[in-house]
Amino acid sequence: MSLRSSLLRMAGLFHSQRRDREFQAELESHVQLHIDDFVRSGMNPAEARRQALIKLGGIEQTREAWRRQGGLPAIESLTQDVRYAFRAMRKNPGFTCIALLTLTLGIGANTALFSVVNGVLLNPLPYPHSEQLAILYQKSALADQGAVSYANFLDWQRQNETFLSMAAFREQSFNLTGEGEPTRLSGHEVSADFFPTLEVKPVLGRLFTGDEDRVGGEPVALIGGGLWKARYGSSPSVLGRGITLNGVRYTIIGVIPETFLFYNGYGTQVWTPLGQWNDPTFRDRRIAMGLNVIGRMKTGVTLDRGRQDMERVAHTLAEAYPDADKGAGVTMVSFKQDMVGDIAPFLLVLLAGVGFVLMIACANVANLMLARATGRAREFALRSALGASRGRLVRQLLSESVLLGVAGGVLGLALAASGTRSILALLPDAVPRTREISVDFRVLIFTLAVSLLAGIGFGLAPALRAWRSNLMDALKEGGRGVAGRRLRAQNAFVVIEMATALVLLVGAGLMIRTLAALWSVDTGFDPHNALSFYVAMQPDLGSDPTHIRAELRKIHEAVRNQPGVVSASVLAGSLPMQGDSELPVWKIDEPKPASAAESKWTLFYGVEADYLSAIGLNLLSGRFITQVDSEHSPQVVVVDDYFVHKYFPGQNPIGKRINVGMLDLQPEIIGVVGHVKHWGLDTDATAKVQAQIYIPCTQIPDRFMPLVGNGIAMVVRSANDPGAQIPAMRKTLANAQQVVYGAETLEEIIAGSLAARRFSMVLLGIFAALAVVLSSIGIYGVISYLVGQRIQEIGTRIALGAQRGDVLRLILGRGFALTLSGVGSGSVLALILSRQMKKIIYGVSPSDPATFAAVAVLLIAIALLACYLPARRAMRVDPMIALRYE
Amino acid sequence: MGEGKEVPQGTLALMVLKTLQSMGSLHGYGIARRIEQTSGDLLSVNYGTLYPALLKLEQEGYIASEWGVSENNRRARYYRLTRAGKKQVERETREWNETAAILGRFLNPEESR
Repeated sequence: MSLRSSLLRMAGLFHSQRRDREFQAELESHVQLHIDDFVRSGMNPAEARRQALIKLGGIEQTREAWRRQGGLPAIESLTQDVRYAFRAMRKNPGFTCIALLTLTLGIGANTALFSVVNGVLLNPLPYPHSEQLAILYQKSALADQGAVSYANFLDWQRQNETFLSMAAFREQSFNLTGEGEPTRLSGHEVSADFFPTLEVKPVLGRLFTGDEDRVGGEPVALIGGGLWKARYGSSPSVLGRGITLNGVRYTIIGVIPETFLFYNGYGTQVWTPLGQWNDPTFRDRRIAMGLNVIGRMKTGVTLDRGRQDMERVAHTLAEAYPDADKGAGVTMVSFKQDMVGDIAPFLLVLLAGVGFVLMIACANVANLMLARATGRAREFALRSALGASRGRLVRQLLSESVLLGVAGGVLGLALAASGTRSILALLPDAVPRTREISVDFRVLIFTLAVSLLAGIGFGLAPALRAWRSNLMDALKEGGRGVAGRRLRAQNAFVVIEMATALVLLVGAGLMIRTLAALWSVDTGFDPHNALSFYVAMQPDLGSDPTHIRAELRKIHEAVRNQPGVVSASVLAGSLPMQGDSELPVWKIDEPKPASAAESKWTLFYGVEADYLSAIGLNLLSGRFITQVDSEHSPQVVVVDDYFVHKYFPGQNPIGKRINVGMLDLQPEIIGVVGHVKHWGLDTDATAKVQAQIYIPCTQIPDRFMPLVGNGIAMVVRSANDPGAQIPAMRKTLANAQQVVYGAETLEEIIAGSLAARRFSMVLLGIFAALAVVLSSIGIYGVISYLVGQRIQEIGTRIALGAQRGDVLRLILGRGFALTLSGVGSGSVLALILSRQMKKIIYGVSPSDPATFAAVAVLLIAIALLACYLPARRAMRVDPMIALRYE
Repeated sequence: MGEGKEVPQGTLALMVLKTLQSMGSLHGYGIARRIEQTSGDLLSVNYGTLYPALLKLEQEGYIASEWGVSENNRRARYYRLTRAGKKQVERETREWNETAAILGRFLNPEESR
C-alpha cells in the first residue's frame, strides 16, 4: 500500500460520516441510472428497480465493501472490537468487577514491588557518574569490611593510582547549643575531598579547603539545606554566622543541597572538616575510629584493576608499618553494591512471589472468561454464521481481555502509587534508598507490559477455544456445549493456581520459621523491659578526667533515681547490635604481638556495676564488676564464655591477668558471663571478633576519658514499659545540658536487626494470603460450574436412590483430586524454588518437611472448604426440579 | 446473474483505467456498463464490486472524481484519469501484454517454435 493511500485511508477513519453520505448519494444515482436504462428498454419501474439492485449486488453489501476500502480495516475493526468489549463489560458488571478487582490487585502488587526494585536496585545512585564511585574498607583480622584508620587513609590517598579523588567520612552527631534548647544534629566529619568526590556543589557559599582539613585549621562548617530552611529561613545571610557544635564555635561557610542524601534516608544536617581532629587515638594507625572511605575511580578503570592497585598500596603499607598493617588489605566494592547489596536477594524473592500472585490472578480471570465464553458460544456461532472469520472472533476475544488487562493495569498503577509508600512506611529501616522510589518511566513501561501480557495471557485460552470451536456443534448444542474440553482447561488452571499458592505458602512459611528461629535465638541478654539511649554530654565538659568520671556518676545517679527504673549503667564502647569497638589482648606472660594481625582481638564494653542486671547478662562464674571497683582499686575485667573458650581453653580463667592493648591495662579476670550476640542474631556466629570483655568504665585510663566523654550510651532496665521512660530521661538530663538521643528499647533494636526479614515475611505472607484467596475462588468457581453442569445427573442419581452423602463425596472428591494434584506439583516446584531463598532464611532448611506439610494441610483444608459450598448445593438438589430442566 | 465469467483478480482496475482512457469522464454505472459491453457481455460482475475498486484507484491518485449531470439529467459522480493514471494505464497495459505473451508461450508452445 502506498504512503499516499495509507494516509488517505487513515484520514478516512475520520469525517467518515460525510463521506458515507456522499457515497450513499452516488449509489442512489447509480441505481437511478440503471433503472432509467431498464425503463427505457420497456421494463416496469418496480421490476427495473429490483433488477438494478440485483445487478448491483445489494446496497448494504456494496457499502460494506466500499467502507472496507475506505478506512484501515484493522484499526476500524479494532475500534469496533474495543467498543464492543466495553459494551460487553458494561453488560456484565459482576464478571467485570471480579476480573478487574483480581487484576488490579495482581498488577498493583507487581507494580508496587517493581517500583521498589527499580528505585533501589536498578536505578543508578543519585550522584553524577555514580558508577565510578567505590567504597573502600580495611580488611584485617577483625573484619573483611572494617573501618579505616586515618593514617592509612592518608597513605591510600597519596599512593593509589586508581582514583581521581578519595575522601574519608565519619558519622558524628553534634550538640547544637547556645541557641535555645540544646538540639542533636546529625552530622558527618569529612575530608576536604568529600564533596568534590561525590561531585556535589553547594547551593550557597563554598566547600572545605585543604587548609581547613588540617590540625589548626579554621573551625568551619557546612550545613544541609534542610537545616538551612528550618533554622535559618533559607536566608543567604547564614554565611559567616557562628554555630556552636559540641561546645566548639564553627563558622558556616556553605549550604549543601537538601536533595543530597548519603546512606541515611534523611538529610545530614552538618558537616565539619575531619582533619582538624587532633586526638592521638584518631591519629594512631592501629585504630580505626569508625572512618569510612569513598573514592571516584578514573574513567575506564574497572573495580578489578582498582582492587589490584589497592592491594599493592596495602602491601607497601604492611611493609612500612608492620605493627599496624601486617596482614591487612583493602576491600573495595562499588558504592551501589555497598548500599543495596544486602537487600537484593530479599527483593528478588519478593518480586518472584508477587509474579506468582499475578499468575494466579490471570488463571482466575481466564477461568472466568472461559465460563463466560461458553455462555456466549451461541453468540459466537451466530456471528461466524453471519460471516465473521475465526481470526475476527479471536481478535475480538483478545481485545476484550487486553482491555480488561489495561484497565486493571491503570487501576493497579493507582493502587501501587498509593500503596508502596504505606508499606514502606510500615517497615522503615527494611529497605535503603526508599526516598528514591517512585513511579518513573521504567515502572510505567513495566506495568504496561505486564498488563498487556496478562491480558493476552488470560485471553488466550478462551480465544483458542473460539478458534477451535465447531460452528455446527455450538449451534446444535444450544449453548451448553463442549463441556468436557472446557473443564479440562479449567481444571488445569485450578491445578496451576493451587500449585502456585503452595509455592507462595512455602515461601511465607519459611520466612515465618526463620523469624521464629531468630526470635528464639538466645541473645545473651534480656531485651524485655530494657531501654538504651545515647547521651551527649554538656558542651563545657572539658577534658579533666576526674571531672568526667564525676559527671558519669552523676548521670548514673540521675537516671537510677527516675521512678520506675530498676537498674541503669553507663556504657562506653558500643551497644550490642549497634556498633563495634575492638581491642587486641594478650596474656600477661606472653610477649606483645608484633602486629595487629597476630593479636587476639576482643570486643570491649566499659560498664558500671549495674550493667549485669540492666542488660540482663548471665553470670557464669566468679563475680561481676561492683561498686568497689573504681579508678582507685585494682584493675579488673569480666570476660565472656567465648573468650574463655578461645583464649583459655580448658582452664579456669579467674585470677589470671591479661594485657588490654591500647588501653594500657593489665586487669585480673574476676568473672565469666554468657556470650552476647553482638553482631546480630544470625551473623554473630560468623563474625571474626566474637570474644567480649567488660571493664569498669571508671578504670579506663585518664588519657582516654575525654574520648569516653565524647559520647556514651546508657542501658536502663525499668519495672514496666521502657519506652515510657524516654521523655522523663530526656527531661532529667536536659537540666544538665545533656542531650538524650537514639533512644530505643532493646526489643526494638533486635526487631530493627531483623527488619529486612520481617519486611519479606510480611509481604510474602500477604502474597500467600492473596494467592490462597484467589485460588480458593478459582476452585470454588470450577466446582460450582461442575455442579451446574451435572445438576440433572445428580438429580437423576438422587431420584434413583443415591444418598446425599454420596453426592457430597462425589463433588468433594473432584475438588480433592484437583487440590491434591495442585499440592503435589506445587511441592515439587517449591522444592526447586525454595533453594533460591537460602540467603535469606535462617535456622530452617529450604526443604523443611514441617513447613511443607503444614502449608499443604492448610491449603487442602481451605480448598475443601471452598468446594464444600457448591457440594452442599449439589447435595440439596431436588430431583424433581433438576429433572424438569430438560 | 450467474452467467458469464468472473472478472479475474487485479484486472478490474486496469479495465476501469482503460475505459476511462478511451471514454474520458464517466460515472460508475457507465463504467460498469462499458466494461460489460466491451467484454461482449461475456464478463458479468456485480456492479457493486466496482466501487471499492474506484475508491482504491482514487486513493492511489490514478483517477479523480467530481459531481456532474448525466445526459438524462441525473446527478452523478464522474471519474476521469489523472496524469499519473494515464502513465499507469500505459505501464499496466505493457506489463499485461508481456505477461499475456509469456503465458501464451507456455500454453501454446508449438506456436512459439
